[in-house]
Amino acid sequence: MPKDHGIGASSKRREDVRFLTGRGRYTDDINLTGQAYAAFVRSQVAHGRLRGVDTSAAAAMPGVLHVFTGKDFESVGGLPCGWQVTDRHGKPMLEPRHPVLAHGKVRHVGDPIALVVAETAEQARDAAEAVVAEIEELPAVIDMKAAVRGGPLVHDELGSNLCYDWGFVEENREAVDQAIRNAHHVTTLELVNQRLVPNAMEPRVAVGDYNPATDETTLYTTSQNPHVIRLLMGAFVLGIPEHKLRVVAPDVGGGFGSKIFHYAEEAAVTFAARALKRPVKWTASRSESFVTDAQGRDHVTKIELALDKDGHFLAIRTETYANMGAYLSTFAPSVPTWLHGTLMAGNYKTPLIYVNVKAVFTNTVPVDAYRGAGRPEATFQLERVIDKAAREMGIDPVEIRRRNFIDSFPYQTPVAVQYDTGNYHATMDKLLEIADVAGFEKRLQESKARGMLRGLGINCYIEACGIAPSNLVGQLGARAGLYESATVRVNATGGIVVMTGSHSHGQGHETSFAQVISEMIGVPESQVEIIHGDTANTPMGMGTYGSRSIAVGGSAMVRAANKIIAKAKKIAAHLLEASDADIELKDGKFTVAGTDKSVDWGSVCLAAYVPHNYPLADLEPGLEETAFYDPSNFTFPAGAYACEVEVDPETGKVTVDRFAAADDFGNIINPMIVDGQVHGGLAQGIGQALLETTAYDENGQLLTGSYMDYAMPRADDLPFYRVDHSCKTPCTHNPLGVKGCGEAGAIGSPPAVVNAVIDALHRGGMTHVTHIDMPLSPSRVWAAMQR
Amino acid sequence: MYAFDFERPTTIADAVKALAAADAQALGGGQTLIPTLKQRLAQPSKLVSLTHIAEMRGVCRADDGSVAIGGATPHAVVAKEAASLYPALAKLAGQIGDPAVRSRGTIGGSLANNDPSACYPAAVLASGATIVTNSRRIAADDFFRGMFATALNPGEIIVEVRFPVPEKAAYAKFPQPASRFALTGVFVAKFASGVRVAVTGASEGGVFRWKEAEQALSSNFSAEAVRGLSVSPAGMIGDLHGTPEYRAHLVRVMTARAVQAAA
Repeated sequence: MPKDHGIGASSKRREDVRFLTGRGRYTDDINLTGQAYAAFVRSQVAHGRLRGVDTSAAAAMPGVLHVFTGKDFESVGGLPCGWQVTDRHGKPMLEPRHPVLAHGKVRHVGDPIALVVAETAEQARDAAEAVVAEIEELPAVIDMKAAVRGGPLVHDELGSNLCYDWGFVEENREAVDQAIRNAHHVTTLELVNQRLVPNAMEPRVAVGDYNPATDETTLYTTSQNPHVIRLLMGAFVLGIPEHKLRVVAPDVGGGFGSKIFHYAEEAAVTFAARALKRPVKWTASRSESFVTDAQGRDHVTKIELALDKDGHFLAIRTETYANMGAYLSTFAPSVPTWLHGTLMAGNYKTPLIYVNVKAVFTNTVPVDAYRGAGRPEATFQLERVIDKAAREMGIDPVEIRRRNFIDSFPYQTPVAVQYDTGNYHATMDKLLEIADVAGFEKRLQESKARGMLRGLGINCYIEACGIAPSNLVGQLGARAGLYESATVRVNATGGIVVMTGSHSHGQGHETSFAQVISEMIGVPESQVEIIHGDTANTPMGMGTYGSRSIAVGGSAMVRAANKIIAKAKKIAAHLLEASDADIELKDGKFTVAGTDKSVDWGSVCLAAYVPHNYPLADLEPGLEETAFYDPSNFTFPAGAYACEVEVDPETGKVTVDRFAAADDFGNIINPMIVDGQVHGGLAQGIGQALLETTAYDENGQLLTGSYMDYAMPRADDLPFYRVDHSCKTPCTHNPLGVKGCGEAGAIGSPPAVVNAVIDALHRGGMTHVTHIDMPLSPSRVWAAMQR
Repeated sequence: MYAFDFERPTTIADAVKALAAADAQALGGGQTLIPTLKQRLAQPSKLVSLTHIAEMRGVCRADDGSVAIGGATPHAVVAKEAASLYPALAKLAGQIGDPAVRSRGTIGGSLANNDPSACYPAAVLASGATIVTNSRRIAADDFFRGMFATALNPGEIIVEVRFPVPEKAAYAKFPQPASRFALTGVFVAKFASGVRVAVTGASEGGVFRWKEAEQALSSNFSAEAVRGLSVSPAGMIGDLHGTPEYRAHLVRVMTARAVQAAA
């Protein structure tokens, strides 16, 4: 019988009632008394010298309260970067200043130049058009290799467009070179992991508010981590102490990473609100989102895999150019390095690995973490080169993977991380079963009969989630800790409120976190409320990204709940006149072990707050505890994915006919929510593989700046998925044994799709096609077939 | 959007009068115009909505046997009401955009805009339809004048479109992956007098008739008849979604598929 509540139950998402009935409260739903509206004047050119900004005409227009320019922000800090990477020569990365509003130069189309605040949004927009920016246009640099080969400098003062040249593990470099020179077989693959636009359903919004009576500032914003924004904006940009600054991220309509970062607009509206003593609201248009939300991926990679005659992996060497865009977004430097290089072992026992990453500034929108962040890039190149090697050596693609699987744990990889647990043969077995690989041949014949090509692509993935041990990331250059926090507050009448530092922007925490508390204490889930997203009523937390919420935030909550249980047992022991060591808590009832003496949860809670009969000499009244949890290691979700495609040989159109995912997420709180997370990740991964592309022309104009040209996956682009997470090797180092599931689908699926298309073309006789760069659009596949 | 005046007349005469104002702009379903206005890429002084003119809405069989469609008829209505009268046309209408687009967008709006990737121009040109305006009748062959250009005069309103009904017809559309407009779409119509083939989405000149295919199909109405033909990539659209060579290739493939579907 499946459980109907607590850990392991597919409880319905309680938050969906308000989301699906249009009653969510998003940032744009917040309207404050006396609110004014902001519009940004943005650069229309990718690169230019900003000679002056004439605001006089705009300032005189109806309703305009003030026009701010870069000059107004000279007294405040720039937008900070939260991670400092050290290059292979031991030097720190080049770190440019990132002004709130452009000053001196504009560096990408969309770079903010001025901020107009007016009584209405239309007036602000009208006046923004009247601001005259005098820009001397400079040649733009868009291509990464041109940028490092002496192209125009994005930041004159840095003297180079090369942010860093990172080697990992630098000490292995020569040994890797030698292993590749001496190997029986070396497979080489050059590929592009294309730039993606995050496209959260809810565009970004920020409302700044200042109360002169209390000198308190509030920012309402679409964020995945309000405490991080409070710290970055308060301490580094505007100089507002944290106790006078509140950041609220209410319901947030999707983030996928793009709402982790501290953006110029947040600081600008807060600054304007303080200057004008009026609430100031900015709501991005979709067009603005395309040129201001930090984008994802954008790697150009060469990977070499050395093998012995039996197909065992001997060494991997990669060289990647990673686009940073025009500025360093909050966590950008960490993505192609520590979130990418450390995953290059994949699920395999490759003894020698060397990863070289050159991060490059270009006149494009900044790039930062996007669902998977570095791990999809690692997985894609690794699983593609393995597939190519298998084909070159005549080894079955499943067999070559099995031959190299890591099969004993813990396993120390040659790229720093240590996998605590896993069972890659088991997930592969499960995959072959749910994908009905045995039935492929029959489906192939059916496709052939209809004149269609069919292919099967299989791959594995591993990711490092539960981000992250603070002392370790500190050594790696992080300028923040990556713990999580929770306060559990029990009310006098027994209801429980959990205030978590994790943030939900679609993940369903209000449901799954309540299930954990319900399981631990034995009260109905409806008696548990989960609060998040407001720095005024939650403990300092680091927010939600890197599939970390249940593994890190959930662990903090378990810790706090255990403190509550320990104290409640003492109260129960007093009420039952027993020793607290003899008290057992089950199904919301405290019992003296081996007796029928018991007291229920509600009576204990009441006693804590109405302490008439209470051990006041030994125990404080009340029932509220806070805990912080700093993980001792990453978690390592892993799995195996299979994709079956049909390719129309006449048009090149690829149809994903079947997709199966076998994941090991460790223990699972809510299987339905996990299914949903995997489904969404697969949609994004299939979208990357087949549809999405971000194209700039040579002048830095975004060619895919609307949905007329940027192809988002739609329901009818996707098959019905077969998803399984019954293979469980629980995480060994967090209390719930959980690993995280939010990014897996987006990490594991792109290589499966591309492997399947290449397989289809080979089965169709087009064996000259060894790779096609994503997206595998009809025109690209057709062109490859013509080669 | 910039501010504008708005009128919603109920007769064609009143609409013509309203459109006489300087910089006035007719508004059909607004599926192209409204996004353009929202991006502040156009600044009409006045929008004149054509959607409340009863005589411009609906589908019927005309006395001459043709199918007459009011200029302000939404795609969804054509998809439903033309299904028995001209199935290939109804099917085309049912594949435009998404349900929201189909319930707002109108045939007159689509034709007046003449987007080079729109579906309706292919049906109109292949069917040899007649565009009836408030002042005259324009043959399809004279109506389309290149990308976003038509024979319409400023202020002229498409009141009705009359489609002769072919013996056999079909539309084969290969959608552009993002917009789902036609990357290349081909409408094939077989009349007693011969076959007409119109191609949308492919050419820099907008919708065009593929005469070579018409000739081949008029003597042998089968997919085989076009397989041997080739289309020159010269003058074809080249963009992110397809090279001129790819579009030229698709013209042949989609023509063959349309013939197959019609036969």
